[in-house]
Amino acid sequence: MIELRDISKNYRMGELDICALCGVSLSVKQGELIAVMGPSGSGKSTLMNVLGCLDRPTGGTYTFEDREISAMSDDELAHVRNAKIGFVFQSFNLLPRFTALKNVEMPLVYSGVPGRLRTERAIPVLEKVGLQDRMFHKPTELSGGQQQRVAIARALVNRPPLLLADEPTGNLDSRSGAEILNILSDLNHQGVTIMIVTHDHDVAARCKRIINLKDGQVVGDRLRT
Amino acid sequence: MNFLETFKVALEAILSNKMRSGLTMLGVIIGVLAVILLVSIGEGARVYITKELTGLGTNLLIITPGKTTTSGGFHPPSAGTVRKLTYDDAQALRRRAWLLTDAVPIVLGTGRIKFRNLGRDTMVIGTTPEFQRVRNLFIGIGNYVSQNDVDTKAKVVVLGTKVKEELFGDQNALGQVVMLSDARYRVVGVMQKKGTSLGWDVDDVIFIPVTSGQDLFSTDSLFEILASTPRAEDVERAIAQIKDILIKRHAHKEDFTIQTQGAMLSTMDTILGVLTAVLGGIAGISLLVGGIGIMNIMLVSVRERTREIGIRKAIGARNSDIMAQFLIEAITLSGVGGVIGIILGVGLALLIPLFVTVLPTSVSLWSIAMAFSFSMAVGVFFGVYPARKASLQDPITALRYE
Repeated sequence: MIELRDISKNYRMGELDICALCGVSLSVKQGELIAVMGPSGSGKSTLMNVLGCLDRPTGGTYTFEDREISAMSDDELAHVRNAKIGFVFQSFNLLPRFTALKNVEMPLVYSGVPGRLRTERAIPVLEKVGLQDRMFHKPTELSGGQQQRVAIARALVNRPPLLLADEPTGNLDSRSGAEILNILSDLNHQGVTIMIVTHDHDVAARCKRIINLKDGQVVGDRLRT
Repeated sequence: MNFLETFKVALEAILSNKMRSGLTMLGVIIGVLAVILLVSIGEGARVYITKELTGLGTNLLIITPGKTTTSGGFHPPSAGTVRKLTYDDAQALRRRAWLLTDAVPIVLGTGRIKFRNLGRDTMVIGTTPEFQRVRNLFIGIGNYVSQNDVDTKAKVVVLGTKVKEELFGDQNALGQVVMLSDARYRVVGVMQKKGTSLGWDVDDVIFIPVTSGQDLFSTDSLFEILASTPRAEDVERAIAQIKDILIKRHAHKEDFTIQTQGAMLSTMDTILGVLTAVLGGIAGISLLVGGIGIMNIMLVSVRERTREIGIRKAIGARNSDIMAQFLIEAITLSGVGGVIGIILGVGLALLIPLFVTVLPTSVSLWSIAMAFSFSMAVGVFFGVYPARKASLQDPITALRYE
């Protein structure tokens, strides 16, 4: 499903070229549940941004569902983000002015789904994450766990094959974190490929595959049995 | 993302910050209001003067002594007089210029008119009976100057209503004897009340026979000859005829000038058109300032919503979607401001003449259309830069923005 070959991402800091990713190669098969671990500054977030088409690598090739991402235009990348990839952020990143329902509908707006149909499609996804009673609340009226569930619903509403979660439980208490992990794990059972960036070994313990990054390179890639 | 959707998002953003949006719109509102109001005042002046001049008859020809090379404008009445126009010139035109309905000789001066112990300095016009018809000024009480009065140089005077009121009050003036520069004149009539026309108080004048006027001012020349043709189409041929007759009488020299009311009308029209354009232009500057206000607030708005832009991009918004969102927001601000400005501007333009009667206004459709499209253009022009800035944000940087 995903094929990274020798991906690098360099930043210029003054006179120095710093590589956040220095030749990362890995492949991801459909239906995997992967934890990406590593110390801060090891390039985990950069890797997620590249995988999520938010950032372009400076070198290497990235193939997603047999399509070469590096060669795509900005608009094509936007389409991939919209239809193929769901994002879950550590800080939720919901739009504060809109209700949970409107937030979940948002990706459908950009895929051109008409108004009534958007609501019809968003409601079941919100029910799936257990928020049928909170649909018309704004993010400020929701707990952290609830906000993250709204974010997951938003990531799922376009039924993307890939879900990227960047420390999804980082801002949550352990109970809410566990709930979020259950939801992600259920989704994975239903066939969604999921990659989770995490510091938390308990989170990693629930994944089938663990990738370790250090200094922009893959230093460990093992399957749990 | 379709237009309606983008428009809804823009409207929501505008409504979520009512105070700021309102103040931003105010700039455009004042701009559009100023354009419409000032243009309507300029247009009002144009329409008023055109109407007044047309009221005098577009078939009017004014023959003045002296040759000026410019045509259709105003010039000092005494400038460059080579040879005088005489009463006989007017008589000749009357007899021989068959295309003319009238040829009225006119002398003009000021004099002191006295009745008992009351006196008044006023304008004295020496004319013939046809003057009434040519200038649309008619006798109210008694009789106007008659041809017999002209022939016999009779010392008779017709008073404008203001002069009559000043000297006689409510008393009957007919038959009374007044002093006009040490000569005794008999009042034979009082004009109809007419009011001010083009800044000239038509009621504050007196009329005497043209021949008596020449005696009064000790001159054998005329101030001008007013002529008129029955139809506007005859004006050109009439001019030729007048020239033909007068040149022969003036030793084959064209030492007089013929102006037509039509030419004066178009000159005035041009002057006032330019005036209107200048007024509109000045008002347009305030609209421009309003546009800068929009740009300013849009730039603030883009900065404030950097994170929102990042989120929208992360879930699949294209650059053009973001661009459209902010551009439509700017255009909506200026468009709504424009509509409010039009309503207020037209309302004020219609109200002003009710309270300030000397200020006629005329709301023209083109000024409304121009003000509105200009305000929309301002929205586009000043909205593009902030919107483009928003659309080109890097999604990752935008997401990290606090």
